Amino acid sequence: MLYREAGQFKVSYAKDQQIFPIRQDRIALLAVAFAAFVLVPLFGNQYWLSAIFIPFLIFSLATLGLNILTGYAGQLSLGTAAFMAVGAFAAYNFILRVPGMPLLVAFILAGVCAAMVGIVFGLPSLRIKGFYLAVATLAAQFFVIWALVRVPWFSNYSSSGVITAQKMVMFGFVFDTPTKKYLLTLAIVTVLALAAKNLVRSSTGRAWMAVRDMDVAASVIGIRLIRTKLLAFAVSSFYCGVAGALFAFAYLGTVEPEAFTLDLSFRILFMVIIGGMGSILGSFLGAGFIVLLPTVLNVLVHKLNATLQSAFNWQLPPGITSNLELMVFGGLIIFFLIVEPHGLARLWQIGKEKLRLWPFPH
Amino acid sequence: MLQRNKWLSGLIGLALATIAGAVSAQQTQFVPLLSYRVGAYAAGGSGLFGGWIDYMNYINMKDGGINGVKLIWDECETEYNNSRGVECYERLKNKDGGASLVMPLSTGITYSLIDRVAADKIPLVTIGYGRTDAADGRVFPWVFPLITTYWSQASAMINYLAKKEGGEAKLKGKKLVHLYHDSAYGKEPIAVFEAYAKKLGFQFTAIPVPHPGNEQQSQWLQIRQIKPDYVVLWGWGVMNPTALKAAAKIGFPRQKMIGVWWAGSEEDVIPAGDASKGYTTAVFNVSGASLPLVQDIKKVVYGKGKGNMEDDSRVGSVYHVRGMVHGIITVEAIRKAQEKYGKGKRMTAAQVRWGVENLDLDNARLKVLNAAGMMPPLKTSCEDHEGSGLVKFQTWDGNKWTIVTPDWISSDKEMIRKMIVASADKYAKEKKITPRDCSKPF
Repeated sequence: MLYREAGQFKVSYAKDQQIFPIRQDRIALLAVAFAAFVLVPLFGNQYWLSAIFIPFLIFSLATLGLNILTGYAGQLSLGTAAFMAVGAFAAYNFILRVPGMPLLVAFILAGVCAAMVGIVFGLPSLRIKGFYLAVATLAAQFFVIWALVRVPWFSNYSSSGVITAQKMVMFGFVFDTPTKKYLLTLAIVTVLALAAKNLVRSSTGRAWMAVRDMDVAASVIGIRLIRTKLLAFAVSSFYCGVAGALFAFAYLGTVEPEAFTLDLSFRILFMVIIGGMGSILGSFLGAGFIVLLPTVLNVLVHKLNATLQSAFNWQLPPGITSNLELMVFGGLIIFFLIVEPHGLARLWQIGKEKLRLWPFPH
Repeated sequence: MLQRNKWLSGLIGLALATIAGAVSAQQTQFVPLLSYRVGAYAAGGSGLFGGWIDYMNYINMKDGGINGVKLIWDECETEYNNSRGVECYERLKNKDGGASLVMPLSTGITYSLIDRVAADKIPLVTIGYGRTDAADGRVFPWVFPLITTYWSQASAMINYLAKKEGGEAKLKGKKLVHLYHDSAYGKEPIAVFEAYAKKLGFQFTAIPVPHPGNEQQSQWLQIRQIKPDYVVLWGWGVMNPTALKAAAKIGFPRQKMIGVWWAGSEEDVIPAGDASKGYTTAVFNVSGASLPLVQDIKKVVYGKGKGNMEDDSRVGSVYHVRGMVHGIITVEAIRKAQEKYGKGKRMTAAQVRWGVENLDLDNARLKVLNAAGMMPPLKTSCEDHEGSGLVKFQTWDGNKWTIVTPDWISSDKEMIRKMIVASADKYAKEKKITPRDCSKPF
């Protein structure tokens, strides 16, 4: 009833081409933005900001990066965590070695470094596809971490190879409290997400999708494969690099190269798959699912234990409690993939379509 | 958002109410447990956190708490994952009057918390792991790598080998291989070994094993070529039994392998079977079901069915006793703080920090605690956040660990201290921290 586009006429090309053609979508988006930028910092406490929202946003950004590569351009990659590591270590070194380096410039340069590494490891994509490419990008994962551990210059000769993120300062303004860090992260993620949304609607994005759907056909209609694929690797790695820099600076503070393991790459790939391949919104949904659900389950299991304690003066053994979370988490992943193999974003889309037809479905 | 926030805190509140209901008449002191009972390191985690909880239960049941202040705690599963660890820390730090201290039992999580604890003013205690240069309390007032760090450990190993060979001079010309887990953890001691190699004139080779370490053929081939006199095994998890099996395969005597303390538990040697016989490791806690404290906990806690270990045979194992050492330090730090700030009162985290910084567990005190000889004596100060640096060495005989050094083996304190101060100063400069003046109160 509320979600109906009847009466919304598009009278100009600009209107026809806007990101969110339906007014209700625009209103909803503005409401979400208002909540994120105003309500959350006003009412969220330190726990919510620094333990839930900041990691959620950072992982969303990394997922977005991988989604550009895997979801839009169809190039499977297992090197996401490595590109994040490049971003984190690059940002650290830029701030360390260039006096007076503004934070945002360092982040952008970190992204550029990651993009360059991404292009190098994207080169095999010109010859190989699918699972074979995944194995080739796996090399990035191992090589980058190996190099960061092995070359002491990257960690400024720290004996353990660990870097400590410097204070986040921009033009004398220090981002030190969780609220400030959250707002900085949110601003960066918002700008990059909007950029990504526009990018995938542009001719570049269409070229990516053409390559994804059939690269021979794409090259026949005049899309240059080399340029398109490498651009996808570059843009994707740029996003991952910025996410990695934020991961080190706005979230963890001190990072060892081992924080960026293959495990993290897989997690981000799962976020893409669960959220929905080739969807900007899906990146956020997938990150939310994988980052937040274990915590929610943990809280629920705690509540269950408390109830058992008060009702029967008995609790689940601690080992069972922890494993229960994993079992439920795994079960939910399988459930969602069976219900909707195209991810949470597709569920959302179906929901929207149903709403538009409601109450007269056909 | 606000609504959900309330809803969630309601959930947590409910959980609290049940615990608090039982002890509401009393003062309580909250200890957050960032535990891991699933995943690759579950064996270590369940033993450690089990021992820690058992000891706190023991103090509550036997003494009625610390001067009447009952200990309460809550577990949060981290899966040994940095992000989950941070989330758990943030969730638990303000619970039930605030966390007394944090011990994450993971070097990765420790790194992620160093900045946070300084901002939140909660002491971060890392026993036998974590950031080595944090032993310099001038630069890291909130971090305590207690008992011994990786650098002290490497130094103590060299001292042990020197003793075994009959003097430091005898190490000249010998060959030492450092077979390590290729991570910050394994890399950390290399600087110390290299310094010693230069000083004592032995040949040192560091051989990395990539994570997780279940494939070590090429490394042992290299070891066979080098023909070292000793191999230091700086492994973690599955890497340890694999190394022992690989050593047996090429016929390298296990008697010449020295393990770090994270390579010296039952979980590390039993999977390798007979291949582990004769293997020696360092430990900062003695183990065994016959220890008086273990016996007492069995009687008081397990006798009432309140024991935390699901498998009774693991009571008194290396990890379980190590958990008890964590418990002793938790309790003694709070007790020390109470002596200064008021007995029978709940201590704030800042007050507990003072307690950790002024710990003095000498042999007499350990005897009172029923833990004489179980852990080394410990005395911390503003400069020295490590407090001991002593370890013992134990050998696996196929069934149990036997201590082979009756006395605690010390590290070369002067040399290690110098390295720690140099590293901490560099950190202070990078982070623009002014080291505090230890003659003034913090």
